[in-house]
Amino acid sequence: MTSDLTASTFHPSTASEIQEIVRSTPHLHVRGGGSKPALSTPSADSLLLDLSRLNGLVEYEPAEFTFTAQAGTPVADVQALLAKEGQYMPFDPPLAEAGATLGGVVAAGTSGAGRVRYGGVRDFLIGTRFVDGRGELLRGGGKVVKNAAGFDYPKLFVGSLGQLGVLTEVTFKVFPEPPAYATLAIDCADLPAALGHVRSLNRSKFDINGLDFAPSETGWTVWVRLGGLAAALDERMNTLHQQTGGGAVLAGEADASFWQNANRFDWLAADAALVKVPVTPGRVAGLEAGLSSASSRRYSVGGNLLWLGWERPVAELDALLAGHGLSGLLLRGSADSPWLGKRPGGAFLARVKAALDPEKKLGSL
Amino acid sequence: MNPHPLLTELSGIFPAERLLTQPAQLKAYESDALTAFKALAAGIVIPQSREEVIAAVRLCHQHSVPFVARGSGTSLSGGSLPIADGIVIALNRMNRILRLDPDERIAVVEPGVINLAVSQAAAPFGLYYAPDPSSQAICTIGGNVAFNSGGAHCLKYGMTSNHVLGMTVVLPDGEVVEMGGESLEGVGPDVGGFFVGSEGLFGVAVEITLRLLPIPQLYRTVLAAYDSLQAAGDAVSAVVASGLLPGAMEIMDKLAIKAAEVGAKAGYPQDAAALLIVELEGESVAVEAEFAHLLQIMDGTGATEVRIAQNADERARIWKGRKSAFSAVGRLAPDYIVQDGVVPRSKLGEALAEIGKLSRKYAIEVANVFHAGDGNLHPLILFDGREAGALEKAEELAGEILELCIALGGSITGEHGVGVEKRAYLPRMFGPAEMAQMHAMRRSVDGRELGNRGKMLMVEGAG
Repeated sequence: MTSDLTASTFHPSTASEIQEIVRSTPHLHVRGGGSKPALSTPSADSLLLDLSRLNGLVEYEPAEFTFTAQAGTPVADVQALLAKEGQYMPFDPPLAEAGATLGGVVAAGTSGAGRVRYGGVRDFLIGTRFVDGRGELLRGGGKVVKNAAGFDYPKLFVGSLGQLGVLTEVTFKVFPEPPAYATLAIDCADLPAALGHVRSLNRSKFDINGLDFAPSETGWTVWVRLGGLAAALDERMNTLHQQTGGGAVLAGEADASFWQNANRFDWLAADAALVKVPVTPGRVAGLEAGLSSASSRRYSVGGNLLWLGWERPVAELDALLAGHGLSGLLLRGSADSPWLGKRPGGAFLARVKAALDPEKKLGSL
Repeated sequence: MNPHPLLTELSGIFPAERLLTQPAQLKAYESDALTAFKALAAGIVIPQSREEVIAAVRLCHQHSVPFVARGSGTSLSGGSLPIADGIVIALNRMNRILRLDPDERIAVVEPGVINLAVSQAAAPFGLYYAPDPSSQAICTIGGNVAFNSGGAHCLKYGMTSNHVLGMTVVLPDGEVVEMGGESLEGVGPDVGGFFVGSEGLFGVAVEITLRLLPIPQLYRTVLAAYDSLQAAGDAVSAVVASGLLPGAMEIMDKLAIKAAEVGAKAGYPQDAAALLIVELEGESVAVEAEFAHLLQIMDGTGATEVRIAQNADERARIWKGRKSAFSAVGRLAPDYIVQDGVVPRSKLGEALAEIGKLSRKYAIEVANVFHAGDGNLHPLILFDGREAGALEKAEELAGEILELCIALGGSITGEHGVGVEKRAYLPRMFGPAEMAQMHAMRRSVDGRELGNRGKMLMVEGAG
């Protein structure tokens, strides 16, 4: 596997250049910002399509709460623009500082801790432009937040790793950003205690903007983030404190940097592989039993998402996940395929692939 | 196409009372809520298990007979209209909630489960199923999945697609596939998300995993009357600009207000040119603070009357008129067409002004009810079908409204789907390359084009 064949890397700046490349190349691999290296590393016979020049905002009407940007636009740039208008992307894309692009976030399907409140990237992507495996430039979805016309290509592209089409433009719905946040850190003696808190919080009446838990010095720690009007936050945090037995409170800058660090994965051991594992709260205990050899990990989204730092051979994790009927996506590390455990596939996906990339130029999905 | 050998084979699987072929029985299924369209199937099967659904689909495929899966037939776009001489797979008996796990916050249901029944089953656990189409006491989850149904409360938490975590689907050739799972997150292309809203073209979902949310602790609802639609629309803009995220924002115009009185005795202010309903929902302390903020904003919008719901009863009364608007409008005229266009929210004023002009041009009354928060319009075009040419004129006006939505950068459908009704307009919203891709996709999934043939996409060549 090669990481940067400069002679075989294209840097298109327009959609029609991409069309031309797709039509004339037998095997292609797409890269955005390279923030998830296991996804942007092509195989030996693949040419690399680097979309970093497909960068720029196309449309943003703050009053509409939607924006359209080219797929190679860095997430961080858009976050800054939205913040000026008091808006944000509720799916909380991770790795913004590492150079994640909008297209890459969609293709990898990576949402962050904040997605627990309103939904993930799939729930906020409303329109796309893409070049399919036949070199056709197509529009999927639209620019309005309610749209039931035609097949929902935007959703299909989430998690597709660029193998169903090359995204050139994406349209997202955004929300007003909560003006203030605070986080309660609940130290627990063990996993059952932590899961008890997570279960009751998932069913509670609190409007929760973050619900993460991880092994810590005391055993396990659960972090609960609330967001909203500053005037109501103290009272809400007090109630949360009372109902959970309390803990330390992070507010203002301390709260902000805590969750920013989570999105940077700075808790990850330096040379560990980074793997995304969708899970459910009820499966955590069973999975944990097999993870004793994993170095670092963090559960997010109320126990629906595991970010795993894996230091042993990836093949072992592949087998472990498969045994649990779980899937994993390798973001950093090396393996033959970034798909671990239960692979995506099946008759429906095969027929979808045949319609979008009949010659399998974009990958062997 | 001779369905008789198929009917013979189906009778080997379905007993007589669950395989309907008598004319009177077929007539009962000849239409859905888009009553202008009627068609007689060759036979109706009523499965009680997923195995029976799979067997029925496989037999239809073997005999190349098109089929439509049908829930309660409440589709407003003709989505559950039978295909002439085809088969209807009626799913109302597949109405079991197979599993409800409050800690995992999921419900696993058969497709014939009524939408509201999910929330009713979840209520004892303090949970509910959020998508709330106005027909939710009747419509089924299977139908909601096929058409990505919405409702007044999808502004904050989305439509059906945002609440379906996984499905077991039988493809139109009878192959069974799993999509998604039980987690809120996933790996791999979101094929389940692609299936939702595919209008039956990709097969039949026989088992659906839904996500449940905690029932909001508090709802705060306000009804405001305005002396113009413009003023009501400006109020919505002010609310949206303030950074609040309501659970619902609805507007009704003068004619819709009149209908709500005649049809449902809603008790709305009768002299208002427009009514705005804004509702906040969520954690009590947060909502009370936001509501105080909301009332301050609405103070500056020039409302002629403001009613604040003080309890659950008053809240229900505010919603009663809006929720029964479509059927209430039926009291104002013998017939009506209800539309479902979308425009960018900031273009709502322009769209309504244009609709007013069109209404005058055609001399046809149009009542307007819409989801002001997301630009989803529901013009109700009133006419008398007994008048020669009235239906055609109404349809022409409907077409112009759809063209208007496209021209303003919106959509021809926000939540009712394309169905039969808007097939001709899909190629106006999407170009030839997109239409070619959708046809190719459909044929790749369903080579014989049997799954709900004639809906959403015109079938090339065939009738």
